[in-house]
Amino acid sequence: MLKSEMKAELVAVLGDAHVRDDTESRVSYSYDATPLYQSMPDGVVFPSTTQEVQSVLRIASKYNTPVIGRGSGSNLSADTVPVNGGLVMVMTRMNRILEIDKENLTATVQPGVYTQALHQAVEKEGLFYPPDPSSMKISTLGGNIAECSGGLRGLKYGTTKDYVLGLEAVLANGEILRTGGKLYKDVAGYDLTKLLIGSEGTLAIITEATLKLIPLPQSRRALVAHFDDLDAAARTVSAIIAAGIIPCTLEFMDRKTIQVVEEYARIGLPQEMDAILLIEQDGPPVLVEQDIQCIHRIAADNGAAHIAIAETEADGSRLLAARRSALSALARLRPTLILEDTTVPRSRIADMVRAINRIAAEYNLEICTFGHAGDGNLHPTFLTDARNQAEIERVEQAFADMVETALQLGGTITGEHGVGMAKAPFLEWQVGKTGIEVMKGIKRAFDPQGILNPGKIFSDRSLPRKGGT
Amino acid sequence: MTQTAPTKAKMVNHNAAASPWNELGRKLALTLDTEELTNCMRCGFCLPACPTYRETGLEAASPRGRIALMKAAHDGWMMPDPAFQQQMDFCLGCRACESACPADVRFGRLLEQSRAAIAEHAPQSQREKGLRKLFLRGLFPHRYRLRLMGATLALYRKTGLHWFVHKSGLARILPLHLRQLDRILPAASSQGVVERIGTVIPAQGKKRGRVGLFRGCIMDVVFADTNENTARLLAAAGYEVVIPPEQTCCGALHAHSGEEGEALELARHNIQTFRQADVDWIASNAGGCGAQLMETSYLLKDDAKWQADAHWFSTRIRDISQLLLAGNPLPLQSLPKRITYQHSCHLQNGMKVAGAPESLIRSIPDATYVDLFEGDRCCGSAGIYNLTHPETSMNILDEKMNHVKETAADILVTTNPGCLLQMKLGIERAGLHDRMEALHLVDLLMQSMKKGENAHERTEKAQ
Ligand SMILES: Cc1cc2nc3c(=O)[nH]c(=O)nc-3n(C[C@H](O)[C@H](O)[C@H](O)COP(=O)(O)OP(=O)(O)OC[C@H]3O[C@@H](n4cnc5c(N)ncnc54)[C@H](O)[C@@H]3O)c2cc1C
Ligand code: SF4
Ligand code: SF4
Repeated sequence: MLKSEMKAELVAVLGDAHVRDDTESRVSYSYDATPLYQSMPDGVVFPSTTQEVQSVLRIASKYNTPVIGRGSGSNLSADTVPVNGGLVMVMTRMNRILEIDKENLTATVQPGVYTQALHQAVEKEGLFYPPDPSSMKISTLGGNIAECSGGLRGLKYGTTKDYVLGLEAVLANGEILRTGGKLYKDVAGYDLTKLLIGSEGTLAIITEATLKLIPLPQSRRALVAHFDDLDAAARTVSAIIAAGIIPCTLEFMDRKTIQVVEEYARIGLPQEMDAILLIEQDGPPVLVEQDIQCIHRIAADNGAAHIAIAETEADGSRLLAARRSALSALARLRPTLILEDTTVPRSRIADMVRAINRIAAEYNLEICTFGHAGDGNLHPTFLTDARNQAEIERVEQAFADMVETALQLGGTITGEHGVGMAKAPFLEWQVGKTGIEVMKGIKRAFDPQGILNPGKIFSDRSLPRKGGT
Repeated sequence: MTQTAPTKAKMVNHNAAASPWNELGRKLALTLDTEELTNCMRCGFCLPACPTYRETGLEAASPRGRIALMKAAHDGWMMPDPAFQQQMDFCLGCRACESACPADVRFGRLLEQSRAAIAEHAPQSQREKGLRKLFLRGLFPHRYRLRLMGATLALYRKTGLHWFVHKSGLARILPLHLRQLDRILPAASSQGVVERIGTVIPAQGKKRGRVGLFRGCIMDVVFADTNENTARLLAAAGYEVVIPPEQTCCGALHAHSGEEGEALELARHNIQTFRQADVDWIASNAGGCGAQLMETSYLLKDDAKWQADAHWFSTRIRDISQLLLAGNPLPLQSLPKRITYQHSCHLQNGMKVAGAPESLIRSIPDATYVDLFEGDRCCGSAGIYNLTHPETSMNILDEKMNHVKETAADILVTTNPGCLLQMKLGIERAGLHDRMEALHLVDLLMQSMKKGENAHERTEKAQ
């Protein structure tokens, strides 16, 4: 419940309907898509303008109350779980696409716009906004920016950070910060735009974004390759890139995932295979054809057991549906799905997958691995049951081992899901003490009171690094 | 990856003084399906599918939010209260969330379990209790009384009762949409399908099997023609049709509004009836009934004695569109109209039937099938939702009618009596009644087939 004076001030700004502290509202903003975390906020607010966001933050500063920005709560790092209580600030009422500028190839949006809504709007104009997290139907652009979301097209087109040109954001004290703009070239001082991308709601609340658009590719074509040997699949990935081809999608599924997907979807996947690569190229038809033929050759040369090229775009969509139904298939198997997000250099994919399998066996756990092979971003997914305390403890240990392995292979603790609370204990392993201190300094500069999304990114529970695997 | 206990963990002490809400909490802890609650991984994929989330933008009015509320009440860190009850009432029960859910969470079951607990324990107004009893126990399961009501309704139309309602001021206290509803209600019939065509109709052409027709309760009073057409179409498609007269209401309205015990009774009765009729399939022409009938086996999951029969029953339920598509081709004749299709939620999300109705429409010679934008979204009818939540229901309907208008269709087809009434109401509200009509799929097919019969008769006469 909110302190009554504070609530009165909030209501004066936002109106009665947009300030809530009843039990239902508090319960329903106590979680996000991250399993195992939940905590009650004191209240929930729904601003509709930058000025309202400013007022809320001024009031929150005055009462020294945490503010947790929230889009759709689809993040997987407990980033919107209000661990210290406070106000959850839901941004979904700010959901207008303000401008699509065909001359400068930019879109200016409010943070609550759904990613897919922007896709549809710009594609109508023959333009393209590539970042496509699998959650794009529900995730908001504000959430995407705050998490630096990736997606299936990351290899060729990059991730959210490559498409944000400018931001309007409100600082903890209510001041408005504007960074960047429509310029593609802009090197005045520190790159504050980039700094806010991936800041997980801890530095400022984003109220507007100017995004870069590119022309919509003319055509696309898909190919699928099966491998009875993990290394052959990994070699194929490296060889494709080495040949100078950057496919728009290069997805990977391991043996366990193939089996599970096939049992669920019955789409004729070969269950005896060790790996499947799903590859798509887009662009002018002639080049696409050329690339796909070349990829076919490379896969064959590297020992693919079976290769098929989609005849049409629709055929291609069907092939890729296998990857898309992975989540549904996995989700139906066990009650709790812990979808992790480790990234290694693409040359080390086979090593990482093998390590994951070894860890799974060691801790007696079910782990299915799939992901974006092109950029080495793997999603080892634990199939477990939150009610089984013993198993969850093994999951935690296995996860620590996995992080350790990824770092040793030159990888990172998170490729696209953010640090939040879930990865916070491991951040120091990756960036070191100096890294943490610099980050904390930045945090203080933006938010001296520490009211913006406290408890995230930085952990007071630093884990001793195991070293060695 | 540590579990964070809710900051206000264990807020509720269920041993405290007995209040109805306390009792409700205890009941929810016992009856909510723990597996289903745990299976929700809170991904939020169901949010965009949910009409009440779209209306309000509030997480609590989303499937994920409702499940979180149920779980919080179930786990005892939230005491259910009037707001909890309102949130469960506010749900349309359209189950669009189920179709969107990657984890296959059966939201409909959780909703029914919650509503059952609420019906039993939450304090209700006398009026609400009275109405519930009157309709759910006193009327729907009783054919004779329903038929009597049908006759009264017919009388009401013919005589000056209509005038009385208006004169007496009753009309003034009825909300606008109810008065509109009054205008579009079809003339109820005092003759149901059995009275019209008997209990066995032989198959025509190559025999495809023996089908039991589930005639429904309201369906057989308000849409008796549709039931008759259903039987005739099935026969034309090669099925021998039996209509056991002892069958009763499907119990959907009971289950959806928390009258679980009554729903169980009705289920057992229907199982017995159709088991005895020894049919290959049981045909439903109302998505709402069909989906409920398919749930029979889950309903009786704790009843060892009935398990096997319930399974037999559930797995035999087919929608009329599925059977027609699988049967002998219907002798359909030219119907040069623009036709669009509004899905029935329970057919689509409950029975998981999609595509069959559209295929049948497309098979009508010279008809043009036009896609309805968001035709798979709930129309806001949702059982008695348009009576209990008129504002939301009408908002949803009016938005739907904007899309319907864009199709410029002559005929708007649907597959469930509630949806059909709502569509008729929508056409009325949007002022489209002189351009467009709403029809049940079965009646549409019959129109196209009758044209054939008439043409056939004409040629016979000419010869
Ligand atoms: C099934 C599933 C699949 C997923 N697939 C992918 C994937 O392929 N790639 C990927 O990158 N992610 C993926 N995600 C993770 C998640 O969807 C993304 O992180 C997404 O960007 C979150 O968006 P959101 O609107 O839900 O934000 P939220 O979860 O509400 O918030 C995320 C973070 O952003 C902050 N935030 C939100 N809005 C603002 C704002 N206006 N200003 C400042 N901070 C703000 C929050 O405080 C929080 O720290 C997936 C999630 C699920 C459940
Ligand atoms: S889609 Fe299914 S699993 Fe995801 S939040 Fe909704 S009900 Fe839960
Ligand atoms: S049944 Fe319909 S209204 Fe209810 S939660 Fe599911 S989608 Fe929303």
